[in-house]
Amino acid sequence: MAEFKEAPANASTTTKVMTWVENRFPTAFDAYRVHMSEYYAPKNFNFWYFFGSLAMLVLVIQIVTGIFLVMHYKPDASLAFASVEYIMRDVPGGWIIRYMHSTGASAFFIVVYLHMFRGLLYGSYRKPRELVWIFGCAIFLCLMAEAFMGYLLPWGQMSYWGAQVIVNLFAAVPFVGPDLALLIRGDYVVSDATLNRFFSFHVIAVPLVLLGLVVAHIFALHDVGSNNPDGVEIKAKKDASGRPLDGIPFHPYYTVHDIYGVSVFLMVFTAILFFAPEFGGYFLEYNNFIPADPLKTPPHIAPVWYFTPFYSMLRAITTEMMYVLIACVLLGAVLGVLKAKAGMLVKGAILVGAVLLVAAMLATDAKFWGVVVMGGAVIILFFLPWLDHSPVKSIRYRPDWHKYMYAVFVFVFAVLAYLGTQPPSPVGERVSQVGTLFYFGFFLLMPWWSRLGEFKPVPDRVTFAAH
Amino acid sequence: MKRILLSLLLAFGLAGTAAASEGGVAWDKFPPAKLTDMAALQNGAKLFANYCLNCHAASYMRYNRLRDIGLTEDEIKANLMFATDKVGATMNVALDPKQAKDWFGATPPDLSVIARSRAGTGGSGADYLYTYLRTYYRDETKATGWNNLAFPSVGMPHALWELQGQRGAKYVEVADPHDPQKKIHRFDGFEQLTPGKLTPLQYDEAVGDLVAYLQWMSEPAQGQRVRIGVWVLMFLAVFTVIAWRLNAAYWKDVK
Repeated sequence: MAEFKEAPANASTTTKVMTWVENRFPTAFDAYRVHMSEYYAPKNFNFWYFFGSLAMLVLVIQIVTGIFLVMHYKPDASLAFASVEYIMRDVPGGWIIRYMHSTGASAFFIVVYLHMFRGLLYGSYRKPRELVWIFGCAIFLCLMAEAFMGYLLPWGQMSYWGAQVIVNLFAAVPFVGPDLALLIRGDYVVSDATLNRFFSFHVIAVPLVLLGLVVAHIFALHDVGSNNPDGVEIKAKKDASGRPLDGIPFHPYYTVHDIYGVSVFLMVFTAILFFAPEFGGYFLEYNNFIPADPLKTPPHIAPVWYFTPFYSMLRAITTEMMYVLIACVLLGAVLGVLKAKAGMLVKGAILVGAVLLVAAMLATDAKFWGVVVMGGAVIILFFLPWLDHSPVKSIRYRPDWHKYMYAVFVFVFAVLAYLGTQPPSPVGERVSQVGTLFYFGFFLLMPWWSRLGEFKPVPDRVTFAAH
Repeated sequence: MKRILLSLLLAFGLAGTAAASEGGVAWDKFPPAKLTDMAALQNGAKLFANYCLNCHAASYMRYNRLRDIGLTEDEIKANLMFATDKVGATMNVALDPKQAKDWFGATPPDLSVIARSRAGTGGSGADYLYTYLRTYYRDETKATGWNNLAFPSVGMPHALWELQGQRGAKYVEVADPHDPQKKIHRFDGFEQLTPGKLTPLQYDEAVGDLVAYLQWMSEPAQGQRVRIGVWVLMFLAVFTVIAWRLNAAYWKDVK
């Protein structure tokens, strides 16, 4: 137990009350020091470092608006669509709450994509921050589940058919697929049962996991300390009292900094919310203003924009594309056998594994491998800390062509996202196949390419110009 | 790397043109000024109650919400309510959906949010409706005797035909630019068969009013939304300046 403190007799009432509370609940005061007033963050954070706190803000917006939406929403296939319109028309302030939630969903993904890209740029996932990154990837996965299930709730045509398409993907899993899809839907088609379980997951289960992961993400970060745009460990240079020389207390410096970031973000957020809540059909799809009709398939089913890069990769895996993938697997195995510094046994295992994989690829429908590729595109992110072998963390001190590599990666991701919103076309299919290969090549070949080139010397201290 | 980039760019461009060339008749632009014109909205509400609300419901829309477009409850009761006497009721219809399906081949859709649902690459939902309600023509090959350019083989007959009169569509045979052996059947304007109560110009105005009403009804809070939005943004602009200066003041000590 912490030492019992005694406030001086002439202290102010506030000090006396605070001392009284601290003696009885020291944990809160310790937490405040560890995470706020004595958490030393590098002083050279730039623009990219706003998105962590913004993700937190959007999470709070989603939870608070969600609580109010649940008060009026009816998770019932015959009432759901009407209850959303009831919120939009009859509930006082309902439209603003609903638009905050729908705009918040897209804003969450924008902010999180930028937050992840920051990690990619400055090597924030490198040792000792592997777990911070992994918790973050798990948050991203949860967020996708949360968004997918939440999207069913308005019970419009896109809600319904989007869910139908995605749940049907699980049916492509060999042997257990159809039963798995049945388990997820709770019915043979997406129906009231599906709506109810998605509602339960969206409102309770996934947010609980999400919150737990956010806490783990932040605790792990505060244990190892934040990375920075230079990729320099600030804990390596400390003053006499043990504070990092390049660190500043999170509160007040970064709280006040983040308030500034929040105000700019809110300008963009509210501009969309009040002037373009549908955002050209990207945040609220037009077809979703038609109530779900199980007997009428829309001519073009597109997921919401934040899923489209992955949806493109799913659609890219055609029977033809399987031969390309098989060639990649065989090439990888041959390279492994020739290049790896391992015993004959391991090399034999690589060959046998590759042959078995190719046999499985030939035996199973391409649709299943599309699902594997789509899932793999997210799962591969978890392994990033061990894929990157570059001697420096930050992009600042990497060879220039690495920057172009990242630029092309972003471009490819954007192209895949665009193609995912479009109806299938022969040209689009080819482009998305090239894009998919690039996406996976970028990560899988990273152990090789991230070591190549002239690296620049990393400074001992962070680069910082006083404001 | 450059080659990949170039080929991607090229493919991107091609995909763009392919997407642009699909679709049927181009949508006309709905005059958006009508959305803030109370007289237009009220006239639209009148047309809606008289011509649409017999078959189509607007079951998320309450009659008394029409106060937002400048009508009083008494005016609403006296002029616009034919199916109910409760001004807080939603706009329902007595039409039996089963019979409707027999007559038209489909149940008439609810019109509460129709303007929002019909937007697409061709324009806004209002643009679509404005085009749709102005491109009906006589077609004896259809069960109802009517066809539509924006919605080919539409199930709904021309509800506003009294106002517009009956029109026929002229078609010409032209050579297919892609294949000289083939001919394509191309639309070449309307011809007025019988006069309507309104002149073509008045008819366009009336449809504009009706579409303005439909657009407003799809989101009755839209005007309020924009008005509040202006204040919110002005507040945030001021707040951002304060936050910026506050941040600068704190960060003065960081060397």
